[in-house]
Amino acid sequence: MNKRVVITGMGVVAPNGVGKKNFLNAIKKGKSGIKFIPELKELNFGCQIGGIPDIDNSAYNNLLNKYSLSSTSSTIKYAVIAGLEAWKDAGYTIPDYDSKDVDYNKGIIIGSGAGSICFIGSRIVPLVNKGLSKKLRSTTAEYAMHSGSSAALSGILALGNQITANSSACATGTEAIIMGYDRIKSGKAKAMLVGGTEVYSPYSWIGYDVLRVLTRKYNDNPLKASRPMSASANGFVPGAGAGVLIIEDLETALKRNARIYAEITGTHINSGGQRNNGSMTAPNPDGVQRCIKQAIKSAGIKPQKIDYISGHLTSTMADPIEIKNWTKALKREKSDFPYINSLKSMTGHCIGAAGTIETISAVLEMYHNFIYPCINCEDLHPEIAKIIDKNRIPQKIINNIDLNYVAKASFGFGDVNSCLILKKIS
Amino acid sequence: MENIKNKIISILKKYTFDKKIWENIPENPDITKDLKINSARIVDIILDIEEEFKIEIDDKSLEGIKTINDAESVISKKLEEKK
Repeated sequence: MNKRVVITGMGVVAPNGVGKKNFLNAIKKGKSGIKFIPELKELNFGCQIGGIPDIDNSAYNNLLNKYSLSSTSSTIKYAVIAGLEAWKDAGYTIPDYDSKDVDYNKGIIIGSGAGSICFIGSRIVPLVNKGLSKKLRSTTAEYAMHSGSSAALSGILALGNQITANSSACATGTEAIIMGYDRIKSGKAKAMLVGGTEVYSPYSWIGYDVLRVLTRKYNDNPLKASRPMSASANGFVPGAGAGVLIIEDLETALKRNARIYAEITGTHINSGGQRNNGSMTAPNPDGVQRCIKQAIKSAGIKPQKIDYISGHLTSTMADPIEIKNWTKALKREKSDFPYINSLKSMTGHCIGAAGTIETISAVLEMYHNFIYPCINCEDLHPEIAKIIDKNRIPQKIINNIDLNYVAKASFGFGDVNSCLILKKIS
Repeated sequence: MENIKNKIISILKKYTFDKKIWENIPENPDITKDLKINSARIVDIILDIEEEFKIEIDDKSLEGIKTINDAESVISKKLEEKK
């Protein structure tokens, strides 16, 4: 089966912009969505800031009400809003609730790190513990289950291929794309909705806070807090939201005259086995370099062809290590290194949703010929300045630039690695 | 009585997909059969009613609610018991 896989629709719920149009405007302007969160201060968190999207005015709220989703977890709401936007963006129509046909050629893989923990922690746990479980609604199971987002969307869209959720920490959002890609390539589906979603909940964010991997020094200066690649980075900023892509077999896309954003020409996913300086929370450099090299190889191109990298780059001490891994994997450094930035400077780290929201930002850059600024790294980390030229990291938007090949990678807890190679389609 | 019935109807309307179904219903609609509401949602409707009228509906009373009139009489009874 020699199928080619292309991206035909995108939907996004991001801390700095809800909806593709708002998100595009925000990233062009270098606009951050990170704010002080009073609840975290009350709960004695070290890091009291984060990026939380505002979906109050979403055009899809009526549809959420219609399908009994108005009191579901925000995890599921973000995913459904992003999924419906992607569906319409791809040129498909939302069927009636009582339509007769099921599309057995389309499936959904929408993953999450912590799932509906907000709902579980604030509704289920207190009510059950107080013996008040009778106050829980009949929808409790479908709101709490990890596959809740995918299941909710498949019911609205009447889809009949595989409907599931993946989970691989910070690599989840990129992994979902790769799993959907594999399914289409093997001929088991013609199109897949793929992506990730992650919610704001003290019950999940506490894990990162007590690990002391979040920044505690910018509670009074949230817009400056997320500083990938800077010398003053000292921890990431957590974020929430969702990103969903419609990916499809090229033949199907051409047949229906779909607008094609880009092609996924190469992928690789692996783990560093937590050896050789790798651990649960730090990457084995061999594993990372292998992943990048294999992704490029699977795209059938030479590393020299990569025009731009959308990095994982979280605003921690791992950033210089990541840059070193990229230089070694591509065998490119100094002024020869591709352009590179990190969306996390504006959105924070959206964990399970990060990979997809960031892929969407990279595809928008390719499609509209620009590279957004990597804000908050005016003081470039000296270890990074040693190996790549400062001008490889845009401080201001770069317009009118042709990006033919883009590399997007996500590296996650568990020493897991994922990498996509995207190609501009003319 | 009329006020209670109207409140019940606005609660039930949240659970009907096809709002047009309300244009063609019998005098005393059966909640699952005439309004086509999924029986799994009865629990949620009862929760909404309890919240709206500030009453508690025990399991036995719940089982007796099949039509709008059934709901109306259970609610009236519970409101009386509160006094």
